[in-house]
Amino acid sequence: MTLLQPTPGSRPQHILEVQDLTKMFGGVKAQDHINFSIEKGIVCGLIGPNGAGKTTLFNMITGIYRPDTGKVVFNGKDIRKTPVHRLVKAGVARTFQHVELFSSMTLLENIMVGMHVRTKAGFWAAVTRIPAMKREERQSRQKAEELLEFTGLAEDAHKMAGDLPAGRQKTAQIARALASNPLLLLLDEPAAGLNPVETHALGQLIRKIKQSGITMMLVEHDMSLVMEMSDKVVVLDQGKKLAQGTPRQIQSNEAVMSAYLGNG
Amino acid sequence: MQEIVQYLFSGITTGAVYAVIAVGLSMLYSSTELINFAHGEFVMIGALAMVTLWVRIGLPLPLAVAGAVAAGCMLGLVFERLAIRTARNPQPITLIIITVGASIFLKGAAMIVWGKDPFSMPSFSSHESIEIFGAALLPQSIWIVTAALVLAGGIHLFLKQTLTGKAMVACAVNKKAAWLSGIPSEKMGILAFGISAGCGAVAGIFIAPITMSSYDMGTILGIKGFCAAMIGGLGSLWGAFAGGLLLGILESLGAGLISSALKDAIAFVLLLLILYIRPGGLFAAKEAKRF
Amino acid sequence: MMTDKNKTIWIEYLVFLCVVSAFGLITENTYYLQIMTFIGINTLLALGLNMLMGYTGQVSLGHAAFYGIGAYTTAILSGTYAINPWLALVCAVAAAVLIAFIVGLPTLRLSGYYLAMGTLGFGMIVNIVIREWGDVTGGASGFVGIPVLEAGSLVFMSGASYYFLVWGIVFAAIIICRRLLASRTGRALRAIHDGENAAVAIGINTHALKLEIFMFSAALGAVAGFLYAHFVLFISPESFGFMFSIKIVTMVVIGGMASVWGALLGAAVLTLLPEVLHGFAEYEMIVFGTVLMVVMIFMPQGLTRGIMDIIRTARRARA
Ligand SMILES: Nc1ncnc2c1ncn2[C@@H]1O[C@H](COP(=O)(O)OP(=O)(O)O)[C@@H](O)[C@H]1O
Ligand SMILES: [Mg+2]
Repeated sequence: MTLLQPTPGSRPQHILEVQDLTKMFGGVKAQDHINFSIEKGIVCGLIGPNGAGKTTLFNMITGIYRPDTGKVVFNGKDIRKTPVHRLVKAGVARTFQHVELFSSMTLLENIMVGMHVRTKAGFWAAVTRIPAMKREERQSRQKAEELLEFTGLAEDAHKMAGDLPAGRQKTAQIARALASNPLLLLLDEPAAGLNPVETHALGQLIRKIKQSGITMMLVEHDMSLVMEMSDKVVVLDQGKKLAQGTPRQIQSNEAVMSAYLGNG
Repeated sequence: MQEIVQYLFSGITTGAVYAVIAVGLSMLYSSTELINFAHGEFVMIGALAMVTLWVRIGLPLPLAVAGAVAAGCMLGLVFERLAIRTARNPQPITLIIITVGASIFLKGAAMIVWGKDPFSMPSFSSHESIEIFGAALLPQSIWIVTAALVLAGGIHLFLKQTLTGKAMVACAVNKKAAWLSGIPSEKMGILAFGISAGCGAVAGIFIAPITMSSYDMGTILGIKGFCAAMIGGLGSLWGAFAGGLLLGILESLGAGLISSALKDAIAFVLLLLILYIRPGGLFAAKEAKRF
Repeated sequence: MMTDKNKTIWIEYLVFLCVVSAFGLITENTYYLQIMTFIGINTLLALGLNMLMGYTGQVSLGHAAFYGIGAYTTAILSGTYAINPWLALVCAVAAAVLIAFIVGLPTLRLSGYYLAMGTLGFGMIVNIVIREWGDVTGGASGFVGIPVLEAGSLVFMSGASYYFLVWGIVFAAIIICRRLLASRTGRALRAIHDGENAAVAIGINTHALKLEIFMFSAALGAVAGFLYAHFVLFISPESFGFMFSIKIVTMVVIGGMASVWGALLGAAVLTLLPEVLHGFAEYEMIVFGTVLMVVMIFMPQGLTRGIMDIIRTARRARA
């Protein structure tokens, strides 16, 4: 399908390589020599108890934090010095653990602003309303409507994003991230706070996104969702990589089990 | 040499006044997260009340000082009750404009009470000035610096040693947690307002003998106080104090050695430099921004 | 094909044009025309600041600096150096935009109170420079000898001609702001306002965009300064000081943040109020301060929203 068509130009087999990543916050080692890589097109689960460093890892992959040592290679390029907006343009998108929609804008506008890196109209185009700008605006609107259709949010298009129920806001975040046509989509606890029906729908959505060829990383505490969706799972604990493998391998890994039990 | 020492003396004196203004602002900020643009007006009230009570009515000095400080505190409390507490939607920008409104109001009221003409006031003591390195150190200066140190020290002890003070610090750190543990954060807020306005009045009493006092003297003093508080690190008591002293000294040196025309610009250049290089202030620990 | 939203916008524009032209054509009283001209000039200031503060969420307590830069640039160029005022306008806007760029580069990295204090410091410095650079600016006593604006045979003197010049520019500025807000850039600005972290994360270069809008608001401020200088023909530093910066902020907040018509309403209220309050003589400041406090205490969303709320409750009460 063309809606989610990832930006062309990806060469290497691994879309993401994390090499020897370390990050300290004061005395806390939020990341401790992390290594792993993700093949193109898969869903990679990232699990671990609260405070394990999952969100921090996302923040480093998206360029919001810079690693103390080690590097992140996205699509064959070292992105240690790439500014966030360039990274988004290169194809990294994310959602937040705590929903951060733009609450004074409608849902449709939220999705349209998600296309920022794929659109061009600047100050002068807006003021003069040249035909190219009008065309771009029309296309953005249409694509946003399609994305809302795709994520099942079409009927809320003109509601204020802040007024939507929590579950829909979570989905809306995914739609907004998809609007930037990512190669790699990072989902931070997308199922937290969802009821079983919503979680099921989320699973369907993740599947559909995967079918369109987008690689995903999924941070989740809902184990059945992670194990069902993921091709590969990485386990973090206190900033260290505890294990990595297929869902089945992880489920039978004793270190992982004790980390979870040990932390309640 | 003699010149420079002289500049230092006068710089430290004005610096002590800035320090007291900044301490008041900073302590209010740390317990209520409010920046009070009317703070300078409390300085003005302190100075003018002092003129009236001491010079006009002829009260004994301690009584006059107590009266002027009380006037500042009372106005602070009334302002908090009437304007800050009643605000329906205490967004920072609305609160800023409320304090600006209060500042204009107080200025207008002072103009009616004291008129438009400036007042001068004799110094508190008539002792001879002391000569150090050939520069004259006025007893007035010793007075002011000592009193400023005592005041800041007193506030420090209050915050660190007394139960009420500790509760106030707790409110500053985390309002909700403080509330959960039974600290009445509302009372703490009004207390902070009272102390802060009192500090402003004290600064006014200090400055009255150094310069002319008039109804419109407050605004620029309040702004300089912000600069000092920012330079030292917003919310830090001794940071604000040090920021005030530093500002006073640099202004005095700059005015004497470079150009008196640019004296007022020094505070703002310094403020911008600090904001660009160390936005947390000179004495704040650098901390990573949470995302 | 015209959507409902488009239609209401055109109706608003039509009403605006009718009211403005009717007032300009009917009123003979030069005092009223003069006040209305000042409202127009202040509207430009409020519009610019509203783009930065209301829509993008970046407070500036130094906006009067750009007003002053605009006014003094045109005064010096056209007054001292006898350069054509319209060319001076271009220079004034260029100067303001350039200074906004240089100052904004470090300042707009700050946020909250730090940004407020940074812009305040900048405004103070500009004002001190104007006051102390006496050889060029006339210093504290002000600048005399600003030429009258002319275009062909048309002379813009106080009265209806200047009134129409100013309000024509206001109308253009309103359209520009509206178009900007309804575009990709406008959405990105509002995104920064709603959540800067999320705005960064979806790929908006927030710093560059803030800088852009800061420069835009500076340009509008400079145009306002230009219009002011050639209207009053004598300028002095007090008109561009800290208190005026605060007054512009107040226009935006009182009128209602993030509202184009709110900027106009705020400018009107803050321009008219002192005129009305002249009757109170020495009680003027007390009343002005009280009005500010009362409006902010009871209508924190500004008059536009506040009045709409009152009407709504009244209707509900009647029903
Ligand atoms: N900006 C920050 N400053 C200080 N400490 C942080 C910051 N961000 C995260 N941390 C710390 O890093 C650790 C990992 O946090 P996080 O990545 O949020 O964990 P998770 O998402 O796995 O629950 C925690 O101890 C957290 O307190
Ligand atoms: Mg997390």
